[in-house]
Amino acid sequence: MATPSKQYKAIGEDLWKSRTEKVNAELFALTYGALVVQLIQDYEDYGEVNKQLEKMGYNIGTRLIEDFLARSSVGRCSDFREVGEVVAKVGFKSFLNITPTVTHPPPTSRPTSVQRQTSVPNSSFTLTLDENPLAEFVELPEEALEGGLWFSNVLCGVLRGALEMVQMQVQVEFLSDVLRGDETTELRVTLLKYLEEEVPMGDE
Amino acid sequence: MVVFGLWVINKAGGLVYQRNFTDGLAQLTSNEYLVLAGTLHGIHAITSRLSPTGPSSGAQVIEGETFKLTILLTVTGTKFVLSTPLAETAAESILQRVYEIYSDTVMKNPFHTPEMPIRSEGFDSRIVGLLGSGQS
Repeated sequence: MATPSKQYKAIGEDLWKSRTEKVNAELFALTYGALVVQLIQDYEDYGEVNKQLEKMGYNIGTRLIEDFLARSSVGRCSDFREVGEVVAKVGFKSFLNITPTVTHPPPTSRPTSVQRQTSVPNSSFTLTLDENPLAEFVELPEEALEGGLWFSNVLCGVLRGALEMVQMQVQVEFLSDVLRGDETTELRVTLLKYLEEEVPMGDE
Repeated sequence: MVVFGLWVINKAGGLVYQRNFTDGLAQLTSNEYLVLAGTLHGIHAITSRLSPTGPSSGAQVIEGETFKLTILLTVTGTKFVLSTPLAETAAESILQRVYEIYSDTVMKNPFHTPEMPIRSEGFDSRIVGLLGSGQS
């Protein structure tokens, strides 16, 4: 199913417009901020907070994927490159109303971890978030910067959870964040392997 | 629109939801439903392997003399099975709606454990809203 990326954009736009339930962006940002602060108070360790955020995201992702599939009716992707396009243009658009820029690395043979699949040319992609609804109004204090907090780490978890439910084990990590004084906010998604549990073969 | 019954089968083949929507249907015991749903899960897997033309989906419609089963398999492996009269043409779009309701009321319910039987009033009431109450 080789749907051109233009079409994904249209699907994403359409979903965003026709989705009925929306929530005030400021409420969303403030709630998330409060959550992160609470975690920092509870764990008193930024590394642990990152981990917990990722875990929360994972649990969200494993459930959110159903919502995504039920409404978007996009089928199975033919390769990981397409996954990147769908995640950015349909997924991020329909849930957060942003469309991160997808960058695919030039095809290289990745060293380890991807033996099972015969050839996986594009087994990672980078998402560059031009804006980040989670980080609205946020300024990280010195302490959090030194502690290495990834404020929006929940996104990593969501992606990992969602993709795992459609038989892709991925590793997701932040490369940079404007909150830390970087130029851009970048996420890297790396495909580890395709999971082989009763893979429902491509519909249609 | 006439619908006899709806099943939801988890990815392991367990029946997590079953409901009838028409009066006077032959009743099975809950144990029989569980066994038959598990069998259907197996049959579905077999049909996808039977494809002579490479990878294919499993059976999407199974017809009998008086009824048909329409099966929607989601990418995550959950199956929605709708049993209707032969003449029902909207079964597929109904299943798509059921999937949406499922994603809203079941998967987004933090108290629901994935892969476990669905006991959610919200799901029940929206399904009844979609398909009518029947009896049971």
